[in-house]
Amino acid sequence: MATSGREEVLGRIRSAMVRGAETGSRVEEAHAAWAGLRRGYQRSARRERGAVIELLVDRLVDYDAQVLHVGRGEVAATVARMLTARGVRRLVVPKGLRAEVLVPGFEFVEDEGLSSAELNDVDGVITESTVAIAETGTIVLQNAPGQGRRAVSLVPDYHLCLVELANVVETVPEAMDRLAATSALATTFISGPSATADIEMTRIKGVHGPRFLDVILVE
Amino acid sequence: MSGTALDPKTAPTFPMAARSMMGDTQLRKNVRHATDVIQAKRARVVGEMPDWQELREAGKQIRQHTMEHLDFYLEEFERNCTKAGGVVHWARDAAEARQIIVGLVKEAGAQEVIKIKSMTTEEIQLNVALEAEGIHAYETDLAELIIQLGHDQPSHIVVPALHKNRQQIREIFRREMNLPELGESPQDLADAARRFLREKFLRVKTGVSGANFLIAETGGVCVVESEGNGRMCLTLPETLITVAGIDKVVPRFADLEVLLQLLPRSATGERMNPYNSIWTGVDAADGPKVFHVVLMDNARTEILGDAEGRQTLNCIRCGACQNACPVYRQTGGHAYGSVYAGPIGAILTPQLQEMHHAQTLPYASSLCGACYEVCPVKINIPEVLIHLRNKVVKQNGMLNAEALAMRAMGIIFRSERRFRAAQRMGRMAEAPLVRKDGRGQGWIGWLPGLLGGWTQVRDLQSMPEETFRDWWEKREKKEVTRGN
Repeated sequence: MATSGREEVLGRIRSAMVRGAETGSRVEEAHAAWAGLRRGYQRSARRERGAVIELLVDRLVDYDAQVLHVGRGEVAATVARMLTARGVRRLVVPKGLRAEVLVPGFEFVEDEGLSSAELNDVDGVITESTVAIAETGTIVLQNAPGQGRRAVSLVPDYHLCLVELANVVETVPEAMDRLAATSALATTFISGPSATADIEMTRIKGVHGPRFLDVILVE
Repeated sequence: MSGTALDPKTAPTFPMAARSMMGDTQLRKNVRHATDVIQAKRARVVGEMPDWQELREAGKQIRQHTMEHLDFYLEEFERNCTKAGGVVHWARDAAEARQIIVGLVKEAGAQEVIKIKSMTTEEIQLNVALEAEGIHAYETDLAELIIQLGHDQPSHIVVPALHKNRQQIREIFRREMNLPELGESPQDLADAARRFLREKFLRVKTGVSGANFLIAETGGVCVVESEGNGRMCLTLPETLITVAGIDKVVPRFADLEVLLQLLPRSATGERMNPYNSIWTGVDAADGPKVFHVVLMDNARTEILGDAEGRQTLNCIRCGACQNACPVYRQTGGHAYGSVYAGPIGAILTPQLQEMHHAQTLPYASSLCGACYEVCPVKINIPEVLIHLRNKVVKQNGMLNAEALAMRAMGIIFRSERRFRAAQRMGRMAEAPLVRKDGRGQGWIGWLPGLLGGWTQVRDLQSMPEETFRDWWEKREKKEVTRGN
């Protein structure tokens, strides 16, 4: 019987290897070597807290997102103001989204497995977020209560995202540390609205993902 | 460029292909503009990272470590992906990968698939294989859509349509999307693509993707993109098939903290690209219900077995070396006859062909080292180029003209007497070829045989009447005479 692709590929790798004699188990060997890799890059924050938040706002604005920094009690009023300014009326919301966001005067459809076509018919979506990275202007969403499945924050044309100040970090390594515990959840890093530079390297906002992204930073 | 796929087995040699590309001034202008813009953006965002060199070193070490333990990490990935509900397949070569993918698409009962830009699927010419079975693949990345509708071929690993300008793209869209009124601003063109593809995203039930990283520790897969077409293909279909080279695995989730800093800044000059997706197997409440991963060798193990060539596998496909390369910037990507063009293509393509084809590619470089300098994982491309040139010469036998000439040169250079004799002979031999210019300087406009490569595009100065050594010795003799 012919060997399977799996056995043959693994066999080729093993015969190509020039590792020294194996000491201990392969697991320990790989883990020890991994732990010894040089990591001299910046892993923690360098800036003060205020400067980190300022940097995040600056990066998000650079991506053409509108950013408002508000106190805990002002969330509802801010949401209403932003939705009005954007002219969106009907929004999908993931399960578990904080109730204060569901302000009167707008129609909210809770996502209970809406079809892609149904998602395509709403004006926008509101979600919370897991972590935000100041240095790169990135917001990270996971499939968790208040953030929902990936399609919900993708198909509608407008995305309003709530970011808790406590969830803002400065560097990418800090964010990966925070995400490690829930790394099995579907995870999306969002850095500004969907964009392309495929035509003469000219940045064009909004190709397939939401064309408009607004962020409310909550104290 | 015709619609025939770039295939190193049948492509013309690099010097031949390059010569015809050099005649296309529009293409050269487009490539120059695009690579200038990306290089400037890259330089700006790399410059703001004080720890960039440390990140590069960490990236290199992570990739090198992965290759040293590749079997271990692939098995770990397979185990964790399977545990999370994914199905892992192994393909020895391109043919087996195509066969597996076509089989899976048929199993899903699909007539159409939506695709994320993937150089791996270009490498194995997947679309051709799908079409042969009556399955239509829609490319959803804007650049790949331009290539597909234009019956063209990718010329860059990150920005595959950078050789086309907006007027050319408008013509393609007008014709293929039947939009006679279409404007030519990039915004108009992107809007047209959005409308054209939205219906496909909502309708087509099978997606095909490549992968940027396979995470051994979690069994997760990471795809990095800009437009959101990737998220559409990864999220909306019922079946997702991901094909990845075995080199795409990384040990741990935490390693992304390095690679997700290096890749976007190097590839598109962004601090972070608009979207990164990471998913692990199947989630009943989010995304496709069926998920397959095809792990493909296709000569990568051959590269792994070559201690000096192995670093080629560390590549994370950012394309920075292409933008920086003075050769690529003149010829564009198609001259390389492979989906992997530029410096990385010059080392990757011949090795993927096990050195049987694309033997001229290791010579498509001036060895200036610009590629090494910008490489985010510090692949020493010039070193590998020289190593591969050596292999080509050895493989073609030590009796070919170049090898013989080099050996003769070696013999001459080892002895002063022989060297002087050669200089004298050179002056005599060149005499019939030399033409004097107005100032009395001699020029050679044609050389025979192998040497003719030099004079094809430039004149060669004739040898001086007298060598420096001769002049120096005569001068010493005079001094001695005068001193006495």
